[in-house]
Amino acid sequence: MNEKTMLGENIAETADTQEVICCPENLVYEKPDTLLDTPMHYCPGCGHAVTHKLIAEVIHEMDIQSETIGIAPVGCAVFAYNYLNIDMQEAAHGRASAVATGVKRVFPEKFVFSYQGDGDLAAIGTAETIHTCNRGENILIIFINNAIYGMTGGQMAPTTLPGMKSTTSPFGRDVATMGNPLMITNLVASLPGVYYATRVAVNSPSNVRKAKKAIAKGFEYQKLKKGLCFVEVVSNCPSNWKMTPIQANKWLEENMFPYYPLGDLKVPNDKEK
Amino acid sequence: MKELKLMKGNEALAEAAIRSGCDAYFGYPITPQSEVLEYLSLEAEKRTGMTVLQAESEVASINMVYGAAGTGKRAMTSSSSPGISLMQEGISYIACAELPCLIANVMRGGPGLGTIQPSQGDYFQAVKGGGHGDYRMIVLAPSTVQEMVDFVRLGFDLAFKWRNPVMILADGALGQMMEKVELFEQQPRKTNIEPWATVGKPKDRERNFITSLHIQPDKMENINLHLQKKYNEITKEEIRFASSGCEDAEIILTGFGLVARICQKAAQLARAKGIKVGVFRPKTLFPFPYAEIEKLASNPKLKGILDVEMNAGQMVEDVRLAVNGKTRVEFHGRMGGIVPSPEEVLAKIEEKFVGELV
Repeated sequence: MNEKTMLGENIAETADTQEVICCPENLVYEKPDTLLDTPMHYCPGCGHAVTHKLIAEVIHEMDIQSETIGIAPVGCAVFAYNYLNIDMQEAAHGRASAVATGVKRVFPEKFVFSYQGDGDLAAIGTAETIHTCNRGENILIIFINNAIYGMTGGQMAPTTLPGMKSTTSPFGRDVATMGNPLMITNLVASLPGVYYATRVAVNSPSNVRKAKKAIAKGFEYQKLKKGLCFVEVVSNCPSNWKMTPIQANKWLEENMFPYYPLGDLKVPNDKEK
Repeated sequence: MKELKLMKGNEALAEAAIRSGCDAYFGYPITPQSEVLEYLSLEAEKRTGMTVLQAESEVASINMVYGAAGTGKRAMTSSSSPGISLMQEGISYIACAELPCLIANVMRGGPGLGTIQPSQGDYFQAVKGGGHGDYRMIVLAPSTVQEMVDFVRLGFDLAFKWRNPVMILADGALGQMMEKVELFEQQPRKTNIEPWATVGKPKDRERNFITSLHIQPDKMENINLHLQKKYNEITKEEIRFASSGCEDAEIILTGFGLVARICQKAAQLARAKGIKVGVFRPKTLFPFPYAEIEKLASNPKLKGILDVEMNAGQMVEDVRLAVNGKTRVEFHGRMGGIVPSPEEVLAKIEEKFVGELV
């Protein structure tokens, strides 16, 4: 294949080949109908896009599109309803889990999830987060932790690492005056209402697969009415970290993972029953 | 068949919520309206299966209402002044997202933590929009325990008719006092699915989403224009008021809620002394009966209007706007949880209009 063909400039010549390749027998992946064609506004390399896709795939594979209501946060994912082809509500900043509670209480048989960033879930919405978890609302909370306020332009988040620079901690987060990063997933994992709490990432193919499994578990447990499931996605923010996507993922592995180790924080006891 | 009961205002409001077929109530305790949450916790679920949840705060309550209302269900909350202040953000979002819901404010004296005694200090907040942005709630002002019942059902009807939040603006005295009430029959819970509701997207329709975010200015202006058009239509169709003895009156007392009843007594006392006093009471504070008040003010026999409120003078601004200089408007207000007496109101009539009365 010459370079021109690879760039698609010689389509006429390759049309026959395409026809042969693009047949149902050869189909290995298809965009789920739960994901819309709207171009995403996320920056190149951002973890939101992958996480959205995983949610869409899980809902599609479980065939629960007609039974699922999602709650979008305020933050970069505020437009999640533009990308996910499901019924959604856009909540006020920090209140997504309260909104999710309202939906779930009147439609307990439906699947309800909230999708929230670190500022939304662990700063302004801490009270709603803790109490929704403590009530054991039978919902899934997907928590994107990238240690920064993305939408407002890179301010310090409750999960910003010690010494990490942001526009409001320009000399690095000084824990003596700004406090330590809030390990909110560890905190909610200690509550009896939380059935499953895990920390995943979407920085590598193997981690993406694990993250998808965790999201799928969250919906499966919800179906079984097990209580609250909490999936933290340790993510990146190339733009506000001021890095290229590759640099950001390297920084994520070297700095975020040691502080926010991946893995289950609370797993269901399989022996119960 | 009439069902009569002697009930406390807050409990009557809660009973009316159950009977209206309300689907969900989310609330947080605060004096003087905690009986609403208490009564519903005891009665609601066993009778209609209605959801009742004590939230962790009024902030959470109003956002739970947002979520439930977004599914097209009949959702409500209640609180008292400081708690209602905490809900303002949520109310603004609800108004913009055009979600039907009912919010009851059993007002207490402010500002700040204030007092637990009755007040009408939240008129501006309720009527002019206490949260950010240009929005309106439909505001109903009950003056009897009976209206605490009737306005719940009416409130839900209006909320769904206009896809707009409705507020019942009561006060601590109405919430705590007992009166005879006639209860309406149990209405069924809602079974129909609103076309705009987020209940899960079936294959045969586009996804529904509830939002108040329209980041392009031209789109956001269009949303605002749409809301303003709706508020204009509400203004044309939904004005409610009560007036008594205004036709031959030399003096008209204006007041809403509990105060209108005090004015009624004051008018009786005045008439016994030969002073012709009428009472005009808006039942809807938004929309406000400007035209009706202007008409009354145009009566040449009228010497003036005395507006009475349990605040520093809030509705009186709308009365003055309505009157537009056609007659004199005086004001008498008590604050901090003090309820004016009929004798006090009569004394004010005599003080303000002395020498002008025949």
